[in-house]
Amino acid sequence: MAGTDPIHQFVIEDMIPIHVGGDGTAGSGLNLSFTNSSLFMVLTVLAITTFVLLASSRKQLVPSRLQLTGELAYEFVANMLRSSAGTEGMKFFPFVFSLFAFVLTANLFGMIPYFFTVTSHIIVTVALALLVMSVVVIYGFFRHGFKFLKLFVPSGVPAYVLPIVVPIEIISFLSRPISLSVRLFGNISAGHITLKVFAGFIVSPGAAGFLGWLGAILPLFMTVALTALEFLVAAVQAYVFAVLTSMYLNDAVHPSH
Amino acid sequence: MVTQAYAQEAAAPAEEHVDGAVDATHADPAHADPTADTHATTEAHGGEHGSDIFPPFDPATFPSQLLWLAISFAALYLLMSKVALPRVGSILADRKAKIDADSAAADASRQKTDAAIAAYEAAPADAKSKAQGIAAQTSDAIKTELASKRRAVEADLSAKVATAEARIATTKAEAMTHVDEIAAETAQTVVTQLVGDIPSDSVKAAVAKASKE
Repeated sequence: MAGTDPIHQFVIEDMIPIHVGGDGTAGSGLNLSFTNSSLFMVLTVLAITTFVLLASSRKQLVPSRLQLTGELAYEFVANMLRSSAGTEGMKFFPFVFSLFAFVLTANLFGMIPYFFTVTSHIIVTVALALLVMSVVVIYGFFRHGFKFLKLFVPSGVPAYVLPIVVPIEIISFLSRPISLSVRLFGNISAGHITLKVFAGFIVSPGAAGFLGWLGAILPLFMTVALTALEFLVAAVQAYVFAVLTSMYLNDAVHPSH
Repeated sequence: MVTQAYAQEAAAPAEEHVDGAVDATHADPAHADPTADTHATTEAHGGEHGSDIFPPFDPATFPSQLLWLAISFAALYLLMSKVALPRVGSILADRKAKIDADSAAADASRQKTDAAIAAYEAAPADAKSKAQGIAAQTSDAIKTELASKRRAVEADLSAKVATAEARIATTKAEAMTHVDEIAAETAQTVVTQLVGDIPSDSVKAAVAKASKE
Protein backbone atom coordinates (compact mmCIF):
# COMPACT_ATOMS: atom_id res chain seq x y z
CA MET A 1 0.00 0.00 0.00
CA ALA A 2 0.97 3.62 -0.16
CA GLY A 3 1.88 4.12 3.46
CA THR A 4 1.35 7.69 4.48
CA ASP A 5 0.50 9.03 1.04
CA PRO A 6 -2.62 11.15 1.76
CA ILE A 7 -3.87 10.98 -1.84
CA HIS A 8 -3.78 7.25 -2.33
CA GLN A 9 -7.09 6.84 -0.50
CA PHE A 10 -8.85 8.56 -3.42
CA VAL A 11 -7.39 6.36 -6.16
CA ILE A 12 -9.98 4.44 -8.11
CA GLU A 13 -9.04 0.90 -9.02
CA ASP A 14 -10.86 -1.30 -11.48
CA MET A 15 -12.23 -4.44 -9.89
CA ILE A 16 -14.28 -5.84 -12.76
CA PRO A 17 -13.04 -4.20 -15.98
CA ILE A 18 -15.82 -3.14 -18.33
CA HIS A 19 -14.69 -1.20 -21.40
CA VAL A 20 -17.09 0.08 -24.01
CA GLY A 21 -15.94 1.17 -27.44
CA GLY A 22 -12.39 2.20 -28.19
CA ASP A 23 -9.80 0.27 -30.12
CA GLY A 24 -8.68 -1.95 -27.26
CA THR A 25 -5.64 0.15 -26.31
CA ALA A 26 -5.39 1.59 -22.82
CA GLY A 27 -7.28 4.86 -22.34
CA SER A 28 -9.49 4.55 -25.40
CA GLY A 29 -13.24 4.14 -25.24
CA LEU A 30 -15.37 4.42 -22.12
CA ASN A 31 -14.18 2.80 -18.93
CA LEU A 32 -17.34 1.65 -17.17
CA SER A 33 -15.52 -0.79 -14.92
CA PHE A 34 -16.89 -1.87 -11.58
CA THR A 35 -14.41 -0.09 -9.31
CA ASN A 36 -13.78 0.24 -5.61
CA SER A 37 -15.97 3.36 -5.79
CA SER A 38 -18.79 1.34 -7.38
CA LEU A 39 -18.36 -1.32 -4.70
CA PHE A 40 -18.89 1.21 -1.93
CA MET A 41 -21.86 2.78 -3.71
CA VAL A 42 -23.45 -0.65 -3.80
CA LEU A 43 -22.46 -1.33 -0.19
CA THR A 44 -23.97 2.01 0.83
CA VAL A 45 -27.26 1.14 -0.84
CA LEU A 46 -27.23 -2.33 0.71
CA ALA A 47 -26.48 -0.95 4.16
CA ILE A 48 -29.30 1.63 3.99
CA THR A 49 -31.80 -0.87 2.63
CA THR A 50 -30.87 -3.51 5.17
CA PHE A 51 -31.12 -1.01 7.99
CA VAL A 52 -34.52 0.36 7.04
CA LEU A 53 -35.97 -3.06 6.22
CA LEU A 54 -34.68 -4.61 9.45
CA ALA A 55 -35.89 -1.62 11.44
CA SER A 56 -39.39 -1.97 9.98
CA SER A 57 -39.53 -5.79 9.95
CA ARG A 58 -41.34 -6.40 13.25
CA LYS A 59 -43.82 -3.49 13.08
CA GLN A 60 -44.02 -3.22 16.84
CA LEU A 61 -46.38 -0.77 18.47
CA VAL A 62 -43.75 -0.16 21.13
CA PRO A 63 -40.57 0.00 19.04
CA SER A 64 -37.36 -1.86 19.70
CA ARG A 65 -34.12 0.13 19.65
CA LEU A 66 -33.49 -0.72 16.01
CA GLN A 67 -37.02 0.14 14.97
CA LEU A 68 -36.85 3.38 16.94
CA THR A 69 -33.65 4.36 15.12
CA GLY A 70 -35.33 3.75 11.79
CA GLU A 71 -38.38 5.74 12.84
CA LEU A 72 -36.20 8.58 14.09
CA ALA A 73 -34.37 8.75 10.76
CA TYR A 74 -37.71 8.71 8.92
CA GLU A 75 -39.26 11.44 11.06
CA PHE A 76 -36.06 13.50 11.07
CA VAL A 77 -36.05 13.75 7.29
CA ALA A 78 -39.84 14.08 7.12
CA ASN A 79 -39.87 17.00 9.56
CA MET A 80 -36.95 18.65 7.79
CA LEU A 81 -38.71 18.46 4.44
CA ARG A 82 -42.12 19.45 5.84
CA SER A 83 -40.73 22.52 7.59
CA SER A 84 -38.92 23.66 4.44
CA ALA A 85 -41.28 22.71 1.62
CA GLY A 86 -44.59 22.22 3.41
CA THR A 87 -47.00 19.31 3.06
CA GLU A 88 -47.01 19.68 -0.70
CA GLY A 89 -43.26 19.02 -0.72
CA MET A 90 -43.76 15.64 0.97
CA LYS A 91 -44.08 13.94 -2.43
CA PHE A 92 -40.30 14.34 -2.61
CA PHE A 93 -39.82 12.60 0.71
CA PRO A 94 -38.40 9.33 -0.72
CA PHE A 95 -36.02 11.36 -2.86
CA VAL A 96 -34.75 13.52 0.00
CA PHE A 97 -34.55 10.53 2.32
CA SER A 98 -32.53 8.58 -0.27
CA LEU A 99 -30.19 11.53 -0.76
CA PHE A 100 -29.71 12.07 2.96
CA ALA A 101 -29.21 8.40 3.70
CA PHE A 102 -26.85 7.92 0.74
CA VAL A 103 -24.65 10.90 1.58
CA LEU A 104 -24.64 10.16 5.31
CA THR A 105 -23.83 6.48 4.89
CA ALA A 106 -21.19 7.14 2.24
CA ASN A 107 -19.57 9.77 4.49
CA LEU A 108 -19.63 7.49 7.53
CA PHE A 109 -18.31 4.51 5.52
CA GLY A 110 -15.41 6.78 4.61
CA MET A 111 -14.51 7.01 8.28
CA ILE A 112 -13.78 3.28 8.45
CA PRO A 113 -10.12 2.51 7.67
CA TYR A 114 -9.49 1.03 4.21
CA PHE A 115 -12.98 1.98 3.09
CA PHE A 116 -13.37 4.12 -0.01
CA THR A 117 -15.21 7.43 0.40
CA VAL A 118 -17.70 7.76 -2.43
CA THR A 119 -18.49 11.41 -1.68
CA SER A 120 -14.82 12.45 -1.86
CA HIS A 121 -15.07 12.45 -5.64
CA ILE A 122 -16.42 15.63 -7.15
CA ILE A 123 -18.13 13.83 -10.01
CA VAL A 124 -20.37 12.05 -7.50
CA THR A 125 -21.33 15.22 -5.63
CA VAL A 126 -21.81 17.13 -8.88
CA ALA A 127 -24.06 14.37 -10.17
CA LEU A 128 -26.16 14.43 -6.99
CA ALA A 129 -26.38 18.24 -7.03
CA LEU A 130 -27.37 18.31 -10.71
CA LEU A 131 -29.95 15.63 -9.98
CA VAL A 132 -31.44 17.87 -7.30
CA MET A 133 -31.43 20.92 -9.56
CA SER A 134 -32.98 19.01 -12.48
CA VAL A 135 -35.73 17.74 -10.20
CA VAL A 136 -36.33 21.33 -9.06
CA VAL A 137 -36.37 22.80 -12.56
CA ILE A 138 -38.35 20.01 -14.23
CA TYR A 139 -40.94 19.78 -11.48
CA GLY A 140 -41.11 23.58 -11.26
CA PHE A 141 -41.94 23.98 -14.94
CA PHE A 142 -44.17 20.90 -14.94
CA ARG A 143 -46.19 22.14 -11.97
CA HIS A 144 -46.26 25.89 -12.58
CA GLY A 145 -45.35 26.34 -16.25
CA PHE A 146 -43.79 29.72 -16.91
CA LYS A 147 -44.98 31.00 -13.54
CA PHE A 148 -41.98 29.06 -12.21
CA LEU A 149 -39.86 31.95 -13.51
CA LYS A 150 -41.46 34.13 -10.81
CA LEU A 151 -38.77 32.48 -8.70
CA PHE A 152 -36.39 35.09 -10.08
CA VAL A 153 -38.71 38.03 -9.43
CA PRO A 154 -39.17 38.53 -5.70
CA SER A 155 -42.60 39.93 -4.88
CA GLY A 156 -42.83 43.33 -3.23
CA VAL A 157 -39.68 44.68 -4.86
CA PRO A 158 -40.02 48.07 -6.63
CA ALA A 159 -39.86 47.79 -10.43
CA TYR A 160 -36.80 50.00 -10.79
CA VAL A 161 -34.73 47.59 -8.64
CA LEU A 162 -35.74 44.55 -10.67
CA PRO A 163 -32.99 44.95 -13.34
CA ILE A 164 -30.48 44.49 -10.53
CA VAL A 165 -32.34 41.92 -8.44
CA VAL A 166 -33.33 39.52 -11.22
CA PRO A 167 -29.76 38.86 -12.47
CA ILE A 168 -28.65 38.38 -8.88
CA GLU A 169 -31.42 35.85 -8.33
CA ILE A 170 -30.51 34.03 -11.55
CA ILE A 171 -26.84 33.91 -10.63
CA SER A 172 -27.65 32.69 -7.13
CA PHE A 173 -29.87 29.98 -8.63
CA LEU A 174 -27.18 28.89 -11.06
CA SER A 175 -24.54 28.82 -8.35
CA ARG A 176 -26.62 26.45 -6.22
CA PRO A 177 -25.50 23.18 -7.84
CA ILE A 178 -21.89 24.36 -7.65
CA SER A 179 -22.03 25.29 -3.98
CA LEU A 180 -24.04 22.18 -3.16
CA SER A 181 -21.55 19.83 -4.79
CA VAL A 182 -18.29 21.61 -3.95
CA ARG A 183 -19.30 21.98 -0.28
CA LEU A 184 -19.74 18.25 0.15
CA PHE A 185 -16.76 17.26 -1.97
CA GLY A 186 -14.48 19.86 -0.36
CA ASN A 187 -15.41 19.02 3.20
CA ILE A 188 -15.04 15.29 2.78
CA SER A 189 -11.88 15.16 0.65
CA ALA A 190 -10.09 17.94 2.57
CA GLY A 191 -11.04 16.30 5.84
CA HIS A 192 -9.70 12.94 4.71
CA ILE A 193 -6.46 14.48 3.43
CA THR A 194 -5.95 16.37 6.69
CA LEU A 195 -6.60 13.25 8.69
CA LYS A 196 -4.15 11.24 6.62
CA VAL A 197 -1.46 13.96 6.77
CA PHE A 198 -1.68 14.20 10.54
CA ALA A 199 -1.69 10.42 10.81
CA GLY A 200 1.44 10.45 8.65
CA PHE A 201 3.03 12.88 11.11
CA ILE A 202 2.71 10.20 13.77
CA VAL A 203 4.79 7.74 11.78
CA SER A 204 7.37 9.87 9.95
CA PRO A 205 9.10 11.56 12.94
CA GLY A 206 10.03 8.05 14.06
CA ALA A 207 13.03 8.35 11.77
CA ALA A 208 14.51 10.86 14.23
CA GLY A 209 14.74 8.23 16.95
CA PHE A 210 13.41 8.51 20.47
CA LEU A 211 12.73 12.25 20.36
CA GLY A 212 10.89 11.71 17.13
CA TRP A 213 8.58 9.15 18.71
CA LEU A 214 8.10 11.53 21.64
CA GLY A 215 7.18 14.28 19.21
CA ALA A 216 4.71 11.97 17.51
CA ILE A 217 2.42 12.16 20.54
CA LEU A 218 1.16 15.58 19.52
CA PRO A 219 -0.03 14.57 16.01
CA LEU A 220 -1.47 11.42 17.58
CA PHE A 221 -3.80 13.49 19.76
CA MET A 222 -4.46 15.75 16.80
CA THR A 223 -5.49 12.75 14.72
CA VAL A 224 -7.82 11.52 17.44
CA ALA A 225 -9.43 14.96 17.64
CA LEU A 226 -9.65 15.22 13.84
CA THR A 227 -11.30 11.81 13.66
CA ALA A 228 -14.04 13.05 15.96
CA LEU A 229 -14.32 16.23 13.90
CA GLU A 230 -14.58 14.23 10.69
CA PHE A 231 -17.44 12.18 12.11
CA LEU A 232 -19.18 15.46 12.89
CA VAL A 233 -18.45 16.78 9.40
CA ALA A 234 -19.73 13.55 7.85
CA ALA A 235 -23.08 13.93 9.61
CA VAL A 236 -23.35 17.71 9.26
CA GLN A 237 -22.59 17.68 5.53
CA ALA A 238 -25.24 15.03 4.91
CA TYR A 239 -27.68 17.17 6.92
CA VAL A 240 -26.72 20.35 5.05
CA PHE A 241 -27.10 18.59 1.72
CA ALA A 242 -30.57 17.36 2.65
CA VAL A 243 -31.69 20.70 4.14
CA LEU A 244 -30.58 22.64 1.07
CA THR A 245 -32.28 20.08 -1.15
CA SER A 246 -35.49 20.61 0.83
CA MET A 247 -35.21 24.38 0.47
CA TYR A 248 -34.58 24.16 -3.28
CA LEU A 249 -37.53 21.80 -3.63
CA ASN A 250 -39.59 24.43 -1.81
CA ASP A 251 -38.78 26.79 -4.68
CA ALA A 252 -40.14 24.21 -7.10
CA VAL A 253 -43.31 23.78 -5.08
CA HIS A 254 -43.87 27.44 -4.17
CA PRO A 255 -41.94 29.54 -6.72
CA SER A 256 -43.31 32.95 -5.73
CA HIS A 257 -41.65 33.84 -2.45
CA MET B 1 18.11 3.58 26.96
CA VAL B 2 16.23 0.43 26.28
CA THR B 3 13.36 2.50 25.03
CA GLN B 4 15.54 4.44 22.66
CA ALA B 5 17.11 1.33 21.19
CA TYR B 6 13.69 -0.13 20.67
CA ALA B 7 12.53 3.07 19.06
CA GLN B 8 15.41 3.07 16.63
CA GLU B 9 14.82 -0.55 15.75
CA ALA B 10 11.19 0.15 15.21
CA ALA B 11 11.93 3.23 13.18
CA ALA B 12 14.10 1.44 10.65
CA PRO B 13 11.43 -0.93 9.24
CA ALA B 14 8.91 1.91 9.20
CA GLU B 15 11.24 3.99 7.09
CA GLU B 16 11.86 1.11 4.74
CA HIS B 17 8.16 0.61 4.43
CA VAL B 18 7.60 4.25 3.49
CA ASP B 19 10.37 4.20 0.92
CA GLY B 20 9.24 0.87 -0.47
CA ALA B 21 5.76 2.22 -0.87
CA VAL B 22 7.06 5.26 -2.68
CA ASP B 23 9.06 3.05 -5.01
CA ALA B 24 6.15 0.77 -5.64
CA THR B 25 3.64 3.43 -6.49
CA HIS B 26 5.94 5.67 -8.47
CA ALA B 27 7.94 3.66 -10.88
CA ASP B 28 9.26 6.69 -12.76
CA PRO B 29 12.85 7.59 -11.85
CA ALA B 30 12.06 11.13 -10.75
CA HIS B 31 10.32 9.79 -7.66
CA ALA B 32 12.43 6.75 -6.96
CA ASP B 33 14.61 8.95 -4.78
CA PRO B 34 14.88 7.10 -1.46
CA THR B 35 14.95 10.41 0.44
CA ALA B 36 11.54 11.37 -0.86
CA ASP B 37 9.25 11.98 2.09
CA THR B 38 5.49 12.12 2.22
CA HIS B 39 5.49 15.77 1.22
CA ALA B 40 7.32 14.98 -1.96
CA THR B 41 4.81 12.29 -2.87
CA THR B 42 1.97 14.65 -2.07
CA GLU B 43 3.36 17.16 -4.50
CA ALA B 44 3.92 14.47 -7.04
CA HIS B 45 0.21 13.67 -6.85
CA GLY B 46 -0.56 17.34 -7.20
CA GLY B 47 -0.38 17.04 -10.95
CA GLU B 48 3.13 17.09 -12.39
CA HIS B 49 2.30 14.04 -14.46
CA GLY B 50 -0.78 13.15 -16.46
CA SER B 51 -1.31 9.80 -14.79
CA ASP B 52 -0.73 11.24 -11.35
CA ILE B 53 -3.42 13.90 -11.28
CA PHE B 54 -5.50 14.23 -8.14
CA PRO B 55 -7.80 11.20 -8.52
CA PRO B 56 -11.10 13.06 -7.91
CA PHE B 57 -10.24 15.31 -10.88
CA ASP B 58 -9.33 12.45 -13.24
CA PRO B 59 -11.94 12.51 -16.03
CA ALA B 60 -11.07 8.94 -17.02
CA THR B 61 -12.93 7.71 -13.93
CA PHE B 62 -16.04 9.82 -14.51
CA PRO B 63 -18.04 7.50 -16.81
CA SER B 64 -17.69 4.56 -14.47
CA GLN B 65 -18.58 6.59 -11.40
CA LEU B 66 -21.57 8.21 -13.11
CA LEU B 67 -22.86 4.87 -14.35
CA TRP B 68 -22.57 3.10 -11.02
CA LEU B 69 -23.87 6.10 -9.10
CA ALA B 70 -26.92 6.17 -11.38
CA ILE B 71 -27.47 2.44 -10.95
CA SER B 72 -27.00 2.40 -7.18
CA PHE B 73 -28.92 5.62 -6.49
CA ALA B 74 -31.80 4.55 -8.72
CA ALA B 75 -31.90 1.22 -6.90
CA LEU B 76 -31.80 3.03 -3.56
CA TYR B 77 -34.59 5.40 -4.58
CA LEU B 78 -36.80 2.57 -5.82
CA LEU B 79 -36.17 0.46 -2.71
CA MET B 80 -36.86 3.40 -0.42
CA SER B 81 -39.93 4.76 -2.18
CA LYS B 82 -41.60 1.44 -3.01
CA VAL B 83 -40.62 -0.86 -0.13
CA ALA B 84 -38.80 0.57 2.84
CA LEU B 85 -40.32 3.96 3.57
CA PRO B 86 -43.98 2.88 3.18
CA ARG B 87 -43.29 0.20 5.79
CA VAL B 88 -41.89 2.71 8.28
CA GLY B 89 -44.66 5.13 7.40
CA SER B 90 -47.33 2.49 8.01
CA ILE B 91 -45.82 1.70 11.42
CA LEU B 92 -45.97 5.37 12.35
CA ALA B 93 -49.50 5.77 10.96
CA ASP B 94 -50.70 2.66 12.83
CA ARG B 95 -49.22 3.94 16.05
CA LYS B 96 -50.78 7.36 15.57
CA ALA B 97 -54.18 5.78 14.86
CA LYS B 98 -53.85 3.54 17.91
CA ILE B 99 -52.85 6.44 20.15
CA ASP B 100 -55.67 8.60 18.84
CA ALA B 101 -58.23 5.83 19.34
CA ASP B 102 -56.94 5.08 22.82
CA SER B 103 -56.96 8.69 23.87
CA ALA B 104 -60.48 9.10 22.50
CA ALA B 105 -61.56 6.05 24.51
CA ALA B 106 -59.82 7.45 27.57
CA ASP B 107 -61.62 10.74 27.03
CA ALA B 108 -64.98 8.98 26.82
CA SER B 109 -64.21 7.00 29.97
CA ARG B 110 -63.24 10.16 31.78
CA GLN B 111 -66.48 11.84 30.80
CA LYS B 112 -68.40 8.81 32.07
CA THR B 113 -66.47 8.95 35.32
CA ASP B 114 -67.21 12.65 35.67
CA ALA B 115 -70.91 11.99 35.16
CA ALA B 116 -70.84 9.18 37.73
CA ILE B 117 -69.05 11.41 40.23
CA ALA B 118 -71.61 14.17 39.66
CA ALA B 119 -74.47 11.72 40.17
CA TYR B 120 -72.81 10.34 43.28
CA GLU B 121 -72.39 13.83 44.67
CA ALA B 122 -75.96 14.78 43.75
CA ALA B 123 -77.57 11.75 45.49
CA PRO B 124 -76.86 12.76 49.15
CA ALA B 125 -77.86 16.34 48.45
CA ASP B 126 -81.10 15.08 46.92
CA ALA B 127 -81.78 12.78 49.85
CA LYS B 128 -80.97 15.59 52.28
CA SER B 129 -83.37 18.00 50.64
CA LYS B 130 -86.04 15.28 50.50
CA ALA B 131 -85.49 14.54 54.19
CA GLN B 132 -85.74 18.22 55.00
CA GLY B 133 -88.97 18.39 53.05
CA ILE B 134 -90.41 15.43 54.92
CA ALA B 135 -89.34 16.90 58.27
CA ALA B 136 -90.83 20.27 57.45
CA GLN B 137 -94.09 18.69 56.29
CA THR B 138 -94.34 16.56 59.40
CA SER B 139 -93.64 19.42 61.72
CA ASP B 140 -96.20 21.58 59.90
CA ALA B 141 -98.80 18.83 60.20
CA ILE B 142 -98.04 18.37 63.90
CA LYS B 143 -98.17 22.12 64.45
CA THR B 144 -101.55 22.50 62.78
CA GLU B 145 -102.92 19.48 64.65
CA LEU B 146 -101.64 20.87 67.93
CA ALA B 147 -103.07 24.28 67.15
CA SER B 148 -106.48 22.84 66.31
CA LYS B 149 -106.47 20.69 69.44
CA ARG B 150 -105.46 23.67 71.53
CA ARG B 151 -108.18 25.76 69.98
CA ALA B 152 -110.72 23.04 70.76
CA VAL B 153 -109.49 22.71 74.30
CA GLU B 154 -109.50 26.49 74.75
CA ALA B 155 -112.99 26.75 73.37
CA ASP B 156 -114.12 23.97 75.68
CA LEU B 157 -112.40 25.60 78.64
CA SER B 158 -113.83 29.03 77.93
CA ALA B 159 -117.29 27.52 77.59
CA LYS B 160 -116.85 25.78 80.91
CA VAL B 161 -115.52 29.01 82.45
CA ALA B 162 -118.53 30.85 81.09
CA THR B 163 -121.01 28.35 82.57
CA ALA B 164 -119.12 28.38 85.85
CA GLU B 165 -119.21 32.14 85.94
CA ALA B 166 -122.90 32.09 85.18
CA ARG B 167 -123.48 29.62 87.97
CA ILE B 168 -121.40 31.73 90.32
CA ALA B 169 -123.41 34.78 89.35
CA THR B 170 -126.72 33.00 89.97
CA THR B 171 -125.44 31.58 93.21
CA LYS B 172 -124.21 35.00 94.20
CA ALA B 173 -127.53 36.59 93.31
CA GLU B 174 -129.31 33.88 95.21
CA ALA B 175 -127.00 34.42 98.13
CA MET B 176 -127.62 38.10 98.02
CA THR B 177 -131.38 37.50 98.36
CA HIS B 178 -130.73 35.28 101.35
CA VAL B 179 -128.59 38.07 102.92
CA ASP B 180 -131.74 40.18 103.39
CA GLU B 181 -133.59 37.30 105.08
CA ILE B 182 -130.63 36.56 107.34
CA ALA B 183 -130.34 40.24 108.20
CA ALA B 184 -134.06 40.45 108.89
CA GLU B 185 -134.01 37.36 111.04
CA THR B 186 -130.95 38.56 112.89
CA ALA B 187 -132.44 42.00 113.35
CA GLN B 188 -135.75 40.47 114.57
CA THR B 189 -133.87 38.26 117.00
CA VAL B 190 -131.83 41.24 118.26
CA VAL B 191 -134.88 43.45 118.50
CA THR B 192 -136.87 40.67 120.22
CA GLN B 193 -134.11 40.31 122.78
CA LEU B 194 -134.12 44.06 123.31
CA VAL B 195 -137.71 45.13 123.13
CA GLY B 196 -139.81 42.04 122.95
CA ASP B 197 -141.95 40.70 120.16
CA ILE B 198 -142.45 42.81 117.04
CA PRO B 199 -144.09 41.90 113.84
CA SER B 200 -141.65 40.43 111.38
CA ASP B 201 -143.01 42.55 108.53
CA SER B 202 -141.93 45.80 110.11
CA VAL B 203 -138.45 44.31 110.76
CA LYS B 204 -138.14 43.26 107.17
CA ALA B 205 -139.13 46.73 106.03
CA ALA B 206 -136.63 48.34 108.31
CA VAL B 207 -133.82 45.99 107.12
CA ALA B 208 -134.72 46.66 103.57
CA LYS B 209 -134.64 50.33 104.23
CA ALA B 210 -131.28 50.05 105.99
CA SER B 211 -129.72 47.87 103.26
CA LYS B 212 -130.78 50.42 100.66
CA GLU B 213 -128.99 53.23 102.43
